[in-house]
Amino acid sequence: MGGTPLLVLGPVLYGWPLRRLRDFYFKIADEAAVDVVLLGEVICTKRTSCSTATWLEIRERLERGGKTVAMSTLALPTERRELESLRALCREWPGLIEANDYATLHLLAGRPHLVGAFINVYHEATLAVLLEEGAVRVCLPPELSLDSVRLLARSAPGRVEVQVFGRLPLALSARCHHARSLGRTRARCRFACRDDPDGLALFTLDGRPFLTINGIQTLSASYLEASFQVTELLASGVGALRILPQDVDMVAVVAAYRALLDGRIGPEEVRAILTRLCPGRTLTGGYLAGRPDPAPAPAAAKG
Amino acid sequence: MSRLEVVCPAGTPAALEAAVAAGADSVYFGFRDGTNARNFPGLNFSREEAEEAIAHCHRHGVRAMVAVNSYPQAGRAELWQRAVADAHALGADAVILADLGLARWARSRFPHLRLHLSVQASAANPEAIAYWTERAGIRRVVLPRLFSMEDIRTLVPALPVESEVFVFGGLCVMAEGRCMLSSYVTGRSPNLDGVCSPAEWVRYGREGPMLTVRLGDVLIDRIPPGDKAGYPTLCKGCYRVRGRAMRPFEEPASLDLLSRLPELMAVGVRAIKIEGRQRGRAYVERVVRAVRGAAEQAARGRPLDAPDLRTLMEGGRATEGALARGWR
Repeated sequence: MGGTPLLVLGPVLYGWPLRRLRDFYFKIADEAAVDVVLLGEVICTKRTSCSTATWLEIRERLERGGKTVAMSTLALPTERRELESLRALCREWPGLIEANDYATLHLLAGRPHLVGAFINVYHEATLAVLLEEGAVRVCLPPELSLDSVRLLARSAPGRVEVQVFGRLPLALSARCHHARSLGRTRARCRFACRDDPDGLALFTLDGRPFLTINGIQTLSASYLEASFQVTELLASGVGALRILPQDVDMVAVVAAYRALLDGRIGPEEVRAILTRLCPGRTLTGGYLAGRPDPAPAPAAAKG
Repeated sequence: MSRLEVVCPAGTPAALEAAVAAGADSVYFGFRDGTNARNFPGLNFSREEAEEAIAHCHRHGVRAMVAVNSYPQAGRAELWQRAVADAHALGADAVILADLGLARWARSRFPHLRLHLSVQASAANPEAIAYWTERAGIRRVVLPRLFSMEDIRTLVPALPVESEVFVFGGLCVMAEGRCMLSSYVTGRSPNLDGVCSPAEWVRYGREGPMLTVRLGDVLIDRIPPGDKAGYPTLCKGCYRVRGRAMRPFEEPASLDLLSRLPELMAVGVRAIKIEGRQRGRAYVERVVRAVRGAAEQAARGRPLDAPDLRTLMEGGRATEGALARGWR
């Protein structure tokens, strides 16, 4: 590994319906300059609109478009039904799988795999154990500072991946807060998340955008945009940059980071492009830029 | 069927002595640094205090467990390794940890040291627990506070290791160890520093009759006069969603599963745990006595006759958490 950094499109975290997912990935296959695409449902099996057969069809289309494709998996499998679907996926999926829980690591024993950002990797020894056990690449959790990322990347050059775009995934729960916000339970959710392709906005009582509810997951309201840190990340040995899909023109988002990696534009220009592409969203350097600005005042949100 | 082992918190030597006197079977505590999940000012044990605490426990036939359950930070893992090594050297009966690299290090260095998997590892299913058992030699798992009774009933008998269940005290609504809300606002979190919602970030204020609660600049609650406020964590806060003010994550309340002890015992749970290393000795004394009493009643098949502990609870309210019908 090492050499040219990979641009990775992470899994869609929101409850997009089947047609939308297909259209999205077909467009990515044909138009997006991304190296790796992660498919799969990470948050909730109840919303899975895609069968394995459909994912395979999407994979084929992406591979024809020159992309490497891997399957991501549930971040918090707790119920028997969820474990069964995870076991089936690990049995049936013919390609590389990304683990987001120790359950998946157990099921993938002896097979090369990816480790996603939902597994806690905070220091070198944990990273080393995961690589030794067959991880091809490990995506670090978003909570790490740039200093920590540097140390980890140096200890395993080319094998570390870091999120550079999209909402920061901050928490998981057994409870569906999307359902709860409508007075429902997870068991009787009636697909409460279906109408929020970019998540459900949560504001502070004084009206600042703060968090985003996505089923059992909580994310930041702001989008991470770490183009200003990319040079340092790559210099320290980070091998892949992850872009998380949001409800914006993702082909154009990918193009901006591709241009940055190719040296055609600088981070200022990336930030300007992304500000245009993500109207009404605050962009933040996240933990990589020191402390994230968690609930920007309306004035700051404009700038 | 043997009685449930009562595992009790100690944030100070005084609380530890109170727990031992009130009937603890085991006591858990941490060292005075960021290596454990209750890294609060004025809490926890120096090495000398730990040595004396472990000796005190052993004199009274009580097991001493040391929590080293935050995540070692890059470049600084030695601090966490030293905590494990010292716990071993001081004669701790078990170390409670959450990090894979640290667990593997502990196992290779001290093969006979008993390792318990912290709730912070969020091992929330049998496959994950099997991973930790096979690859890190875990002997007991502290179950995440997200299971229903039904889940526990199917999970526990199938486990290759002992299980421990939280039955009283604070309640995370998020999966423990999978929550970064605190660091997002304050830069400090349970995983990184062993703190959630650090006290120095909490700011109370007034808006008319309302008490406002902020974490840094972020308004997380407005409390009407007369209402009881719990400790301000982000997951218990009040926010605006779909144009309405609500608590979208959880109400402030404390976990109380004492009435469920007979069921927990029947399905084979080995130990029950009390949260609250940040609590004073009076609290620890009262809760430990009540929980020990309830465990004995459960073992004798007697109906529960537990004292009312609601005055000790967050917001003065009790919840059965994920064990309550419809919680999810």
